[in-house]
This record gives sequence, structure tokens and C-alpha cells, in this order.
Amino acid sequence: MEYILQPWPWYVSGPMIALVMLMLVYFGKTFGMSSNLRTLCSIGGAGKYADFFKFDWKSQRWNLTVVLGAMIGGFIAVHFLSDNSIIALSTDTVEDLATLGFVHAGENLLPPEIYSWENVWSIKGLSVLIIGGFLVGFGTRYAGGCTSGHAITGLSNLQLPSLIAVIGFFIGGLIMTHFLFPLIFGA
Amino acid sequence: MVGIFFGIVLVKSEAVSWYRIFEMFKFQSFHMYGIIGSAVFLGALFIWIFKKSKTKNIEGNSIHLPPKEKGLVRYIVGGTIFGFGWALAGACPGPMYILLGTGIFSMLLVIAAAILGTFVYGLLKNKLPH
Repeated sequence: MEYILQPWPWYVSGPMIALVMLMLVYFGKTFGMSSNLRTLCSIGGAGKYADFFKFDWKSQRWNLTVVLGAMIGGFIAVHFLSDNSIIALSTDTVEDLATLGFVHAGENLLPPEIYSWENVWSIKGLSVLIIGGFLVGFGTRYAGGCTSGHAITGLSNLQLPSLIAVIGFFIGGLIMTHFLFPLIFGA
Repeated sequence: MVGIFFGIVLVKSEAVSWYRIFEMFKFQSFHMYGIIGSAVFLGALFIWIFKKSKTKNIEGNSIHLPPKEKGLVRYIVGGTIFGFGWALAGACPGPMYILLGTGIFSMLLVIAAAILGTFVYGLLKNKLPH
């Protein structure tokens, strides 16, 4: 039980993620979380505005069930399967974060500097969340997949488009982390 | 059930953590690379075995993953845009829901913005290079 409560090392987590993907494939589905954003648009009536959203969203209900399960899984993991240990980030990371003004590195899953309500309700706080979310939603559909669809499933299936997309993920992530973070969060 | 398992794994692996994503893009830890690398390695191995052994899925059909369409611009540009958002919000489309489940309700704003982003893509789809 102790091992379950501690954070899991990569060589346990990685194979488990492969198992999630393989189970979905075995059940005749695919592992692609970002498709749900499109499904949610369609349910909301977006088909009236663009043909892209005119599809049989009911065929995607299984994937929304996965989403619901993921939320329940998140709840279970945090409330019953956690010993609240601090994330073992590298010391370099903790130092770099401190220079950007993130002083609680690893105490929670997310930095309170971005996600706590008092910081959310500021122009900068709101902008970070809304722009970040918007870019994820727009980019993932443009690229035709996200981490689950391209990086895990696509690479496992040895598909060139997925490799190109993952290179894109890193171009964006590296520019953001190395060049834009100092401008956004720096003093 | 697969969803619940997925949610638990991603929290316990810390892959849902903004900090781990930051660390990954700084190349300061092997953690995230180990997770993605081992997942892809095992995924590729088993997909290959499934195909070789002509394993049938639960519906009795042969295992088939829909190939992604050919293209370059959409993958590199779309991927880069996604990368900006991933690093900034620290959450990709799976972890968003998982984090909401852990009780971080400000994530609802990110999810709403992501739905809006997908909607805007749908409106512009025919005008964008793919």
C-alpha cells in the first residue's frame, strides 16, 4: 500500500499509460482525449456554424465516459491514494521557478501563482488560463490530436504525421518555457 | 473503468503537474521522457504484436488504428500552437479533466477556453493551410 501512496516512478507510470491505450484499442476505440472538445462543441450546437461540428457525436459518447472516469480517477487518486508528498522536481527546476516568482514548486500539482482563485481573478491570471486553454483547444484540433492521440498512440503506430506534430509540441513548449515565461512571469 | 484508471495513473505519475511539464521543457529531469518513452516503446511493441498475430478486438474485428492524414503544415503549426498552450496552462486535454476532478475548479476556465479554441478552429478550418 505504501508504494501506491507514494508518487509512481516513470517505469511504472509509462507502461500503465501504454496499457490504457492498448485497452482502448482492444475495445475497438482509440486513445484521443482532445476529440472530446470537438464533441462538446457539437453537443453545444456548433454544427449550425461549421460543418466540422456536424457529425454523429453520439458515436463519441464512450469517449465522454472516459473523460468522466478520468475525473473520478483524479478525485480518487488525490483523496485516497496520495501521501501528499512534494513533487521531487530537480533542484535546477526549483531554482529556475523561484527566479520566475514561483515559490511553492512541487507542493501542489499546479502552481497557486496561476491557479489559485485570488490570482485567477486578475487580468494577468485570467489571460494566462484563457489564452493557454484557447491555444490548446485550437492547436490540438489543427494538429489533429494531442499528447494521447499523437505522442502516445500515433508514435506507437509509427506514424510520420504524429512525429511531426510532437516536434511541433516541443517547438511551441520550448519557445514558451525558455523565451516567453521570463517575459510573462519575470519581474 | 479505463477512464478511472487513466485518471489515477496520470495523477500518481505527476504527468498532470504543471511543474513536471515545465521541468520537461527545461530538460532538467528524465521523469516525463521516461513516462512517454516507455509508454511509446511498449505501445509500439504491442501494436506490432497485435498486428502480427492478427489479434481481434473485443468486437471481433482486426486491430486497426486509423492513420492520420498526410500533411506537414497542420502538424507543425498546429503542434506548435498546442505546445504554447501546453507549456502555459501546464495541462493537455486529458489532464484538464483529471485536474478538475482533483478539485481544482479554476480548470473550468481552461476547459471553456479550450472548447472555444476548438470552435474557432472549426470556423476557420477551410481557410487554414493543412
